[in-house]
Amino acid sequence: MAHIAEHYTEYHPRWLRPHISTYWWLRKWSYFAFILREISSLFVAWSVVYLLLLVYAAGQGAAEYEAFLEWSRQPWVMALNVSSLALVAFHAVTWFNLAPQALVVHVGHKHVPGSLIAASNYVAWVVVSAIVAWLLIGG
Amino acid sequence: MQKQIKLQVARYRPEQESESVFDEFEVPCPNDWVVLDGLNHIKDQLDGTLSYRWSCRMGICGSCGMTVNGEPKLTCATFLTDYAPGPVRVEPLRNFPVIRDLIVDLGDFMQKLVRVKPWIVRAAEKPLSSGEYLQTPEEMDEYKQFSMCINCMLCYSACPIYGLDPKFIGPAAIALAQRYNLDSRDEGAAERLEVLSDHEGIWGCTFVGECTKVCPKNVNPAGAIQRYKLNAALESVKSFFLPRGA
Amino acid sequence: MIKRSAEPLLWMTFSAGGVVAALVLPVLLFLFGVAFPLGWLTPPSVTHLAAVIGHPLTRLALVVVCTVSLFHAAHRFRYTLYDGLQIKHLNELIAILCYGGAVVGSLASVYLLATF
Ligand code: SF4
Ligand code: FES
Repeated sequence: MAHIAEHYTEYHPRWLRPHISTYWWLRKWSYFAFILREISSLFVAWSVVYLLLLVYAAGQGAAEYEAFLEWSRQPWVMALNVSSLALVAFHAVTWFNLAPQALVVHVGHKHVPGSLIAASNYVAWVVVSAIVAWLLIGG
Repeated sequence: MQKQIKLQVARYRPEQESESVFDEFEVPCPNDWVVLDGLNHIKDQLDGTLSYRWSCRMGICGSCGMTVNGEPKLTCATFLTDYAPGPVRVEPLRNFPVIRDLIVDLGDFMQKLVRVKPWIVRAAEKPLSSGEYLQTPEEMDEYKQFSMCINCMLCYSACPIYGLDPKFIGPAAIALAQRYNLDSRDEGAAERLEVLSDHEGIWGCTFVGECTKVCPKNVNPAGAIQRYKLNAALESVKSFFLPRGA
Repeated sequence: MIKRSAEPLLWMTFSAGGVVAALVLPVLLFLFGVAFPLGWLTPPSVTHLAAVIGHPLTRLALVVVCTVSLFHAAHRFRYTLYDGLQIKHLNELIAILCYGGAVVGSLASVYLLATF
């Protein structure tokens, strides 16, 4: 719908102001990917809640813990967790790729290339994941 | 016979219609013709009433930005053959009010531009007799990328945040602020931060990143904004560490 | 004016949370959300898990992970509603709900891990 300025005179043009659709993010794949990235926030929040439920169960002893593990096998919990994993991983990848844009590191007079900063993020990701996994199932 | 391509050109003639409509034209499509050549052909041969802006036809003046098949483009740097067999849809830049046909109003952008003081600000000017302000090539490299902006406003057209909230000061203005902040001769960073630390300044940006994708000059305004956020955040806790980077 | 001074701080927690969530959450979700329930890997025994969580460093780390991740999520979601749905007029309410949720979650994590 066009909105037309009220006072149209020879010297005050009648402008056309196209309206932005509420669903603007469906117009282009890159806009949609952006909204997907932002929606990952909900799944980050869920992951934290899930983590706290796990901590709570583990603190209550073997029976509660078993019950938690049982519950985590329910189809809807699994479905939620699989989608969370996908979106949190999407968040991680986009985050690491965009980090060099905000962070410009100087060594002496030279800029450290962005690809190096992104790469170091990925290395940190692997290392942290390995440590967590080792703590939980290795040690 | 000469290859032809169909152009669908958005028309808006306020004395005649209240919505924009499309007119179709067949134009020649040699390999070296850009969309702007197609428009000029229409204006010269087919319909002299078509209105649009252009000047340099070499990617310098920044006045020929339009929406080509949904993407903001410099029409003087967008080849028709890349869209063969067509049709090619040419519309005015999005997110700006349309005055006529393919011409949008620039007023909002022009007002925003001056607000960030895109010039070198000095606390006190050196007297002429003490010579130029010297700068090393490394110091120039710090801001050179941001100085390439030609004010074409493609980034504003691609930015959904600007579309949704016209008060947002927008990509190019922030990139230009950063261009002067990073200049070793400049002392105006604090004054610019005053303007940019508003919600309508840097914080409104959620890093959609489209501005950087469409910029014909590789200015990377999205990067400038994120750097600026980091900088502003550090400034606000400067009791801790790091004076401003540059 | 209050907003204005809060934005940098909120952005800092958003960024810190973004880094932490990206580094830590995928592996935890993969293990406890996918690999253990599907039987790909054997979950740790409750004694082992309790010992890992009970270590003061782990507890501290978990509180930090939970707090900053929640603030990250709250901040981002606030802006998603703001831009995606164009409901700016509810800005105050949205902000209270989002950050309020993060505060509640963070307090819960502090309580859980302090009493673990
Ligand atoms: S930053 Fe790039 S897209 Fe934006 S006005 Fe400048 S040259 Fe054009
Ligand atoms: S006509 Fe000057 S930039 Fe295209």
